[in-house]
Amino acid sequence: MTSTITTADTLTLYGTSFPSRVLLGTSRYPSLQSLSDSIDAARPGMVTVALRRQSNTGEAGFFDVLKRHGVALLPNTAGCQTVDEVLTTAHMARELFDTPWLKLELIGDDYTLQPDPIGLVEAAEKLIREGFKVLPYCTEDLVIGRRLLDVGCEALMPWGAPIGTGKGVTNPYGLRTLRERLPDVPLIVDAGLGVPSHACQVMEWGFDGVLLNTAVSQATFPPQMARAFALGVEAGRMAYLAGPMAERDSAQASTPVVGMPFWHQDGSAA
Amino acid sequence: MNIHINQQPFSMPDAATVIDALAAFGAKPPFAVALNGQFVARAEHASKALNAGDKLDIVSPVAGG
Repeated sequence: MTSTITTADTLTLYGTSFPSRVLLGTSRYPSLQSLSDSIDAARPGMVTVALRRQSNTGEAGFFDVLKRHGVALLPNTAGCQTVDEVLTTAHMARELFDTPWLKLELIGDDYTLQPDPIGLVEAAEKLIREGFKVLPYCTEDLVIGRRLLDVGCEALMPWGAPIGTGKGVTNPYGLRTLRERLPDVPLIVDAGLGVPSHACQVMEWGFDGVLLNTAVSQATFPPQMARAFALGVEAGRMAYLAGPMAERDSAQASTPVVGMPFWHQDGSAA
Repeated sequence: MNIHINQQPFSMPDAATVIDALAAFGAKPPFAVALNGQFVARAEHASKALNAGDKLDIVSPVAGG
């Protein structure tokens, strides 16, 4: 009998397996080289991309870098504030990137960048009906999560904290409740993670992956941070599969006390 | 007729289609197009007629999170 964990543990979304549980954003790196090195370091399952109006000051070479890596692309609908904007952006992305995958972002509040939960369900339903593989960026709200699943989403991407804050999970109870109530749904923590221990923690809780951007791209050395996150995710996943011990309130000696040679001999004279 | 392409004013012939506007703008592949906020598939670029006051958006890949 073996006590090792199977190595065939992969992230599976909409029936497709990915080689990594890290999804990596491509924005705000100090250079294209830094982005490229970070992709090499993290070896992400997918990288996120976006669409913006073409201009002469565009990001020359950006798309070529991604194509060279051959990593799966996950277009987003970042910045969209209405369902119609989402649908148009999604269709443009599908044609341009030749992929049905979509990170559905529908922002409901400019300050917190909190998703609009009502419009999110409506947009997801329409996109699923049109053949998109939708990964909705949502909050940890369980009922909204269920509604998204009801309309056909096969995975959810709840936030850990508002985008770009690096705070780590601000509502551990809510996020863990989501995990516990939706045990069979792939859940990827998207946004708000700042350091690898944040990623490791959610993986220990049983989440299926993380999506990172700012925590890597705004690090002093993005490729090193990308690698650190990849290791954190791997460690957390392995710990989850290994089955963490039950927490207890009282101390319990880890070294056996039976056979202790000087066991309280002096204490008996006190 | 006058239209806007990526928020810039352009003057186009009356019978112009999306593909004419792409040429006038100098669009560089890869790109995708929306006319007045509605997606226009690549296969429709040559046939989709433009009207005065139209707003055409030509988008390309950029970094995103």
